[in-house]
Amino acid sequence: MTHRAVSGTPPMAPPMHHARSDEEIARALTSTSSARFSERLIGYALAACGLLSVLTTVGIVAVLIEEALQFFGDVSAVDFLFGTTWTALFANGSFGVLPLVSATVLIAALSMVVAIPVGLLVAIYLSEYASPRVRAVVKPVMELLAGVPTIVFGYFALTFITPSILRKVVPGTEVFNVMAAAIAVGIMVVPLVASLSEDALAAVPRALREGGYGMGATKMEVATQVVVPAALSGIVASIVLAISRAFGETMIVAIAAGSKAQIADDPFESAQTMTGFMVQAFSGDVETGSTVYKSLFAVGLLLFLITLVLNLISNRIVARFREAYD
Amino acid sequence: MSALTVKTVLTSDRPVLDASADVQISIRDLDVHYGANHAVRDVTFDVPRQAVTALIGPSGCGKSTVLRSINRMNDLIPSARVEGEIRYHGVNINDPAIDPVIVRRNIGMVFQKPNPFPKSIYDNVAWGAKINGHKGNMDELVESCLRRAAIWEEVKDKLKESGLSLSGGQQQRLCIARALANDPDVILMDEPASALDPISTLKIEDLMRELARNYTIVVVTHNMQQAARVSDRTVFFSLNDQRQGVLIEAGATADMFTNPRDQRTEDYITGRFG
Repeated sequence: MTHRAVSGTPPMAPPMHHARSDEEIARALTSTSSARFSERLIGYALAACGLLSVLTTVGIVAVLIEEALQFFGDVSAVDFLFGTTWTALFANGSFGVLPLVSATVLIAALSMVVAIPVGLLVAIYLSEYASPRVRAVVKPVMELLAGVPTIVFGYFALTFITPSILRKVVPGTEVFNVMAAAIAVGIMVVPLVASLSEDALAAVPRALREGGYGMGATKMEVATQVVVPAALSGIVASIVLAISRAFGETMIVAIAAGSKAQIADDPFESAQTMTGFMVQAFSGDVETGSTVYKSLFAVGLLLFLITLVLNLISNRIVARFREAYD
Repeated sequence: MSALTVKTVLTSDRPVLDASADVQISIRDLDVHYGANHAVRDVTFDVPRQAVTALIGPSGCGKSTVLRSINRMNDLIPSARVEGEIRYHGVNINDPAIDPVIVRRNIGMVFQKPNPFPKSIYDNVAWGAKINGHKGNMDELVESCLRRAAIWEEVKDKLKESGLSLSGGQQQRLCIARALANDPDVILMDEPASALDPISTLKIEDLMRELARNYTIVVVTHNMQQAARVSDRTVFFSLNDQRQGVLIEAGATADMFTNPRDQRTEDYITGRFG
């Protein structure tokens, strides 16, 4: 034992006796414990789960690319990307994707006209104006809206928005039309914008709000000129996510926007989106291996690329506007 | 300042304020409750005009709460209830009928942690003037405020950069410049140097002395040396046996640090507790 009480003058504290000797501690330090094996096993299992999701994504993209490449053997990429006639389901149809893209973009854009203002105002209300008790009720209820199946929104657009609102305002509105679909998509993504933006607003430090109030700013000035700019990266991220969601939305547009593939220049007419075409084709009897069948993958790949680019832009914007608060 | 009685004391060559000093704010019977917690009890003191008043005392004694009552910042805390009178230009600004926004435009505030807005250095200073309807030349105002906050030379070539790109000490001086842009006559400072390094702390202290020539300054500090260095008048708070913040004594700083009247003050300033 190396630890012994020092003899001589009485120490202030009683001498300490370590329970284990130096040799015991050294042995423990150099031994390989069997308990560590289970630690590693858990690590491997978790890594496998992560790998599975990565592999699934890679697999989906690989299938999309493979089938799309076959499609581009039948139809040239230029005709596909820049053609203005989409008659894929006709005999000897043409495969110009622009009508589908135009309808998709128009619906996404119009839906944002609904979703961004409403979502942001709801977020500002919840974060800056609502009492904690109101927020505790309203936020979960609003998030329930996000759980409504999109087919319900589709019927809502077809059986309420179009006949009860749009046709009253614009009498010539077609039964299936872009506007009703866009409004329904907009309402559908309001909870997404509001909830994520509210998180971003709530994360702005209290000290910054106090700085604003300390300058003699009103609640409105603090909310719009201090808190919103400080939360801009989170707000922009929520909007880009909502746009991606609107681009990919399928059920609402398939039901409410119709299936007339034409360049979407009038929101009160019918138009078919990329996803709308895919639903129509898959629910019909398309022959496996036919050009129409392969075109589904080309359209899918294009949609995937558009959403990918949107997400990349979103990441750039988030990094650009992020303010570091500790 | 004719109301000052000039007398030289041991540690300072500054004039010492006596009780007859011109009063800017008088606080009478101030009580602050946070929900069921009676945080500050029966506080009465005067803040002299164009001088530095230091509020000192151990943690939790309510000195920051008292400070935040002066510009109605406690209104932002839903559970807070402030009672008593805070007389400023003849008006009881603690009256609920008084708009706290107007109070805060005249009584500016600098916080414990520098909190510049995520805007450019220029806009940090210009913002307050803009929302308060400043009509004059904004460039001149920004420059003059930055100069008075002793930071102009360091930032004049990067006014468009974010206020958050500055060091902590620079951010705090930017926040002081921001407060000056409102043309307040009182500036409240809540431990303005506690998050800063010693060099930046000295700069802030020098600035406080300089600003006291034109502004009334009330500063909360837990640093005894700082209170002794910068303030003309000191108000000492402590906790009573019900753990409520109470005022123990108030007086000219030089007097209080050399000749405290209360044993608790002496114990605190000599470092025996707190």
